Amino acid sequence: MFESLTDRFDGILGRLKGKGRLNESDVAEAMREIRLALLEADVHFNVVKRFVERTQTRCLDSEVTQSLTPGQQVVKIVNEELTTILGGESFQLAYSQNPPTVVLMAGLQGSGKTTSSAKLARWFKSQGRNPLLVGADLQRPAAVEQLETLGQQIDIPVSSSATNAIDAARKGLEEAHLTGRDVLIVDTAGRLTIDSALMDEIAQISDAVEPDHTFLVVDAMTGQDAVNTAEAFHATLELDGIILTKLDGDARGGAALSVKEVVGRPIAFASTGEKLEDFDQFHPGRMAERILGMGDVLTLIEKAEEVFEQEAAEEAAQRLLEGTFTLDDFVDQLRQVRQMGDLSSIMSMMPGVPKEMKDASIDEREIDRLEAIVLSMTPNERSNPDVVDGSRRTRIADGSGTTPAQVSNLLKQFKEMRKTMKGMAGLGSKTNSRKSKAKKAKKGKKGSKKAGNSRVQPKDDPNVPKLNVADLDLTLPGQ
Amino acid sequence: MLSLALLPWVHRTWTNSQRSRRTPSIGTELEEDRAFEHFDDRDDVHEMRETSVHEEGVPSGSMRERLSKARGMISARLSGIRGGPVNSSMWEELEEVLILADVGVDTTLDLVNRLQDRAEAEKLEKGTDLLEALKAQMKNDLSRDRELSLTASKGTVPVWLFVGVNGVGKTTSIGKVARRLTDDGLNVLLAAGDTFRAAAAEQLEKWANNCGADFVRGSEGADPSSVIYDAAEAALAREVDVVLADTAGRLHNKVNLMEELAKVRRVADREPGQVSEVLLVIDATTGQNGLSQAKEFTEAVGVTGVVLTKLDGSAKGGIVFAVERELDLPVKLVGLGEGDLDLVDFDPESFVEALFGDD
Repeated sequence: MFESLTDRFDGILGRLKGKGRLNESDVAEAMREIRLALLEADVHFNVVKRFVERTQTRCLDSEVTQSLTPGQQVVKIVNEELTTILGGESFQLAYSQNPPTVVLMAGLQGSGKTTSSAKLARWFKSQGRNPLLVGADLQRPAAVEQLETLGQQIDIPVSSSATNAIDAARKGLEEAHLTGRDVLIVDTAGRLTIDSALMDEIAQISDAVEPDHTFLVVDAMTGQDAVNTAEAFHATLELDGIILTKLDGDARGGAALSVKEVVGRPIAFASTGEKLEDFDQFHPGRMAERILGMGDVLTLIEKAEEVFEQEAAEEAAQRLLEGTFTLDDFVDQLRQVRQMGDLSSIMSMMPGVPKEMKDASIDEREIDRLEAIVLSMTPNERSNPDVVDGSRRTRIADGSGTTPAQVSNLLKQFKEMRKTMKGMAGLGSKTNSRKSKAKKAKKGKKGSKKAGNSRVQPKDDPNVPKLNVADLDLTLPGQ
Repeated sequence: MLSLALLPWVHRTWTNSQRSRRTPSIGTELEEDRAFEHFDDRDDVHEMRETSVHEEGVPSGSMRERLSKARGMISARLSGIRGGPVNSSMWEELEEVLILADVGVDTTLDLVNRLQDRAEAEKLEKGTDLLEALKAQMKNDLSRDRELSLTASKGTVPVWLFVGVNGVGKTTSIGKVARRLTDDGLNVLLAAGDTFRAAAAEQLEKWANNCGADFVRGSEGADPSSVIYDAAEAALAREVDVVLADTAGRLHNKVNLMEELAKVRRVADREPGQVSEVLLVIDATTGQNGLSQAKEFTEAVGVTGVVLTKLDGSAKGGIVFAVERELDLPVKLVGLGEGDLDLVDFDPESFVEALFGDD
């Protein structure tokens, strides 16, 4: 998500960063490019205009132009303004004093309300709540069935037993009271803002259940119209926040930037994948940093903490740094990383990852293949990869459905990695001796990244070809 | 935590996989899905029989009539343009109007540049003339063949494949197309190729029942290719005129899902099926990402036309203008409402007029 915007900003600001002195035309040129980049990213026209005006004024301030590092100052200002646009502080979810806490979902057709309702329910459940879903979408054929199926998958009850949407919502509320559910999520039919009858209906649903939070579900791929939609829903329903969906696409997500700016409500949650767990609270500050190519370490760490067992992870880390990391550990780690979600989305959160890698989509099957290779080895081979000779290699390749060349490739890289990590061990521990172990891991990583540019890191190996998505041969034979 | 340390590793694996893709000797043998190895790629050059649908029965003005809503922001700017003489701020306002309609920066600049040349050559001085010239230019850019093809070789059934990202209205569009075709007296079979989204098949089944079309489904999570293949077989046996195949919504940047879709297309194109249309469904609210969708889907499955849905809202759908211009993909159908009959032929004339909020 936001990658292309990131690229553009990288380029534009990168040119400024190096400059020792900024004049008005440098800034104007950068602002012109930022304007185009934002428009291409579907940020609303008026929002772009205001953003550029504000940023330009601040950048021309004498403090900036006369500072020793004006380029850095500009980056900082753009970052701050972006953060403001994206919603400043994160959305704070408050639970009602008198349960259930009622959440109303609204949006256009196809924005992802039903899926988001289920994802939100799952999220509440993971926070220790007992949600109840209400299927009040009686327009789209089989919408309620869809919600019921999703409800079964996450083991959350779905209430739906009415002939009209308002009754359905009301009954859901009663059911929540009766069954002691403390969160009620009302899924509604998609509607166009110019359809006054349906807008009226959702206003009535809102009156019937008196929601504590009303969320507008917005597709990240939406264009300029996102703002009109948000304004119209806000006028009818008094929105509390936005749920942004389909962020795992390659949309530049300008809608996200605009909606908040126009209705003054933050993006509360974002959906980043097809799986029901690909859904989380939205943190504007982190997102701005990501747009500016600074990575999103905080989210990454949170995600990691969700899936990793602290002790096991630390042990593995220790072995990695000592150089006694085995292929078993490797497969273990790989699996855990994959539990965190889509590899490419993880990649996009890492600071300092080359653009080419972020842009390229990772073929997860490639990883399956790696796993298959390791699993085709004997325990002894996994801990002492050096024993693998020609005949073992052939056996492993046969067992994993790969070629001997792929097996030796993996082994070669594994050994190289082990060596690199061992080399890095010193760096991490010296500089962070007083930090906690978990912190140390993170810092060590970050430190090494920086060091990589000038010293030991082999990552920017000039022999490794740059990825180019356009070069990927994804077409079919016969086409 | 420390598996972050695997990054260099993943990086190298990745780049190496790129290398091996380029060197055909390593790794590529795994690319093709084995389940369908027994189908070889045949380029049948059968005698084609032309049975294109001539979409009669839909009044030509219907798109225009229903596209008159929602002006607001754009029309305010337009009345400014109409009233005044041609000057520099007018060019900016024209740009704004186009960008607000999601036409996109590049396309907008191109349109406006061409218009500037024309205005100079023809000495246009009034805003109204300028606007008319722009519309004429845009309509001209939209002149393409928009016929839907029911062409199939002897002994095969034409298959229309509906593809697109999540939530654009694929299933609903199929339902409406089915309604239209059955009203025209054709025998239609709906294939529930969306085996991923919960209750997608049920949704399609309801449409099938509504218009009396045949319906074939698999179990949830079944291989979509096999469902569509079965549907084509059933269609041949039941002497059906066309199979409308649904597919699960997928984001175009998901390599695996796009590969799956490519396979669906390959399999749908085996006898007894023959893919005669691949229709990309695009939501009118989509912004510049629509271009990227059209590119990726075309690359993967050879899109033959676009269905633009939800044009009855306040969104202008200007992105399809960019799609037509840059990818030469004709918009064939337009969704204008929730009713069964609200899917009509694309009419460039009324589309351009509506883009400017005119009646």
